[in-house]
Amino acid sequence: MAMLEIKKLELNYGVIKALKGIDMEVNQGEIVTLIGANGAGKSSTLKAISGIEKISGGEILFNGEELSKMNAQDIVKVGVSQVPEGRRIFAGMSVLENLEMGAYLRKDAEEIKESLELVYKHFPILKDRSKQNAATLSGGEQQMLAMGRALMSKPKLLLLDEPSMGLAPILVKSIFSIISDIKEQGTTVLLVEQNARMALSIADRAYVMETGKIVLSGNGKELMDSEEIQKAYLGG
Amino acid sequence: MSQFIQQLINGLSIGSVFALIALGYTMVYGIIKLINFAHGDIYMVGAFVGYFCITRLASGFFGLILALVIAMAACAILGVIIEKVAYKPLRNASRITALITAMGVSYFLQYTMVYFVGPSKRVMPAPFENTVFKIGGITFNLSTVIIIAVTIFLMLLLQYVVKRTKMGKAMRAVSADPDAARLMGINVNQTISFTFAIGSALAGAAGVLIGIHYNSIEPLMGTIPGLKAFIAAVFGGIGIIPGAMFGGISIGVIQTFAAGYISSLWQDAVVYALLIFILVVKPSGLLGKNVKEKV
Repeated sequence: MAMLEIKKLELNYGVIKALKGIDMEVNQGEIVTLIGANGAGKSSTLKAISGIEKISGGEILFNGEELSKMNAQDIVKVGVSQVPEGRRIFAGMSVLENLEMGAYLRKDAEEIKESLELVYKHFPILKDRSKQNAATLSGGEQQMLAMGRALMSKPKLLLLDEPSMGLAPILVKSIFSIISDIKEQGTTVLLVEQNARMALSIADRAYVMETGKIVLSGNGKELMDSEEIQKAYLGG
Repeated sequence: MSQFIQQLINGLSIGSVFALIALGYTMVYGIIKLINFAHGDIYMVGAFVGYFCITRLASGFFGLILALVIAMAACAILGVIIEKVAYKPLRNASRITALITAMGVSYFLQYTMVYFVGPSKRVMPAPFENTVFKIGGITFNLSTVIIIAVTIFLMLLLQYVVKRTKMGKAMRAVSADPDAARLMGINVNQTISFTFAIGSALAGAAGVLIGIHYNSIEPLMGTIPGLKAFIAAVFGGIGIIPGAMFGGISIGVIQTFAAGYISSLWQDAVVYALLIFILVVKPSGLLGKNVKEKV
């Protein structure tokens, strides 16, 4: 059984149908990417999984439990954590406090400390800046903070929404290599990206979305080589 | 010189009360972007609860502490109920709708109190002998000293709660970004209730303190101090906790100096003029920053 199973997922914003029956799955230990143009419904899919948006139809199963019937808080508790689009770090709070918020639902101080060490290992810059107001970080550092914060809940499944947005190419590269590291450490990743080339290069499997539907799926390499994808998303 | 210091001390004590009320305004605004115009009336309810404690339960210093604790608890509960009943259903409504509702709640509290206790002033008995100290040419009332001491204690406690406790951090996280806070598993509704509880408890304490200072309370007593505390919150930068502390003290001192050096008829006009001035010159308040978002 897949870790995350989405069946016939529908989501409406008023009269606008953002998702028109999505079927997809994510298996334990994979990086799965969801690519597509702006407005295709990628972020809406993530928001439906994390319980930020109420779904209009279909099911979302996580290890057999139905996420669509839980509130956002319980979804974090069962092990799904989202890094929202645009980072959304807590301005006015220190880097360390931001990370602590990620572990909000956890009780064991020792284990939280271990997670913090792990986050600092992935993102050493955060350790240097731990006392600094998070709003003063650069865009790339804020992205690292947002990812570190999500990892602090010790998720089984990490949802990443556009981690490359607005970052310099060199930073994008390092963020993606960290995503691969996170997978190596045993966290499953569902990655939404506009930077299709980067996303496909690290993904085990990929889904391509267009106007609220999945139009293509396959393993990362296959899609990278497919002519259709090259034309539509890889600029050539 | 001694008159100056005397006025300063009077200003600090009334300013402390404004600051305690302003904190509730600013915390509630910070978390749900609502100007809670019923907040001054929660302060009034606190004064009445304190009155009943001191007249019926106990007098003396113990009586004062008991009155403070009970008034703070009662106001905390009242604040939470008001939020649940009146504001929560309007969480996603336009801000003007919630603002008008807050005014409705304000009148509701005032006239419910009039119904039960009558509209006239009541004399708040002093819980203890009001000793007067004289140092140099300056007089200290015991009540002045108590107001300032209690305010300092409550502010330090608040700083501790907001900076160090898990709930306080959750409060700041929800203020910064409610949706991101939900993604962390923070219970946003519970955090908002907590904010109302703390803000209202501080207003309740302010009500008791002002009662023992002026020895007089009435159901409509919350309107003017409520308005001035709101001005204090805007003056310091609404949504910013140190801003409310600073704004409250400043407004108290400015008002007292206006009364002392110009005329007591001018004291309110000066405060309102200050609101207009700050809104024209620096609308984000003295400690406010024009935050630019990073994309």
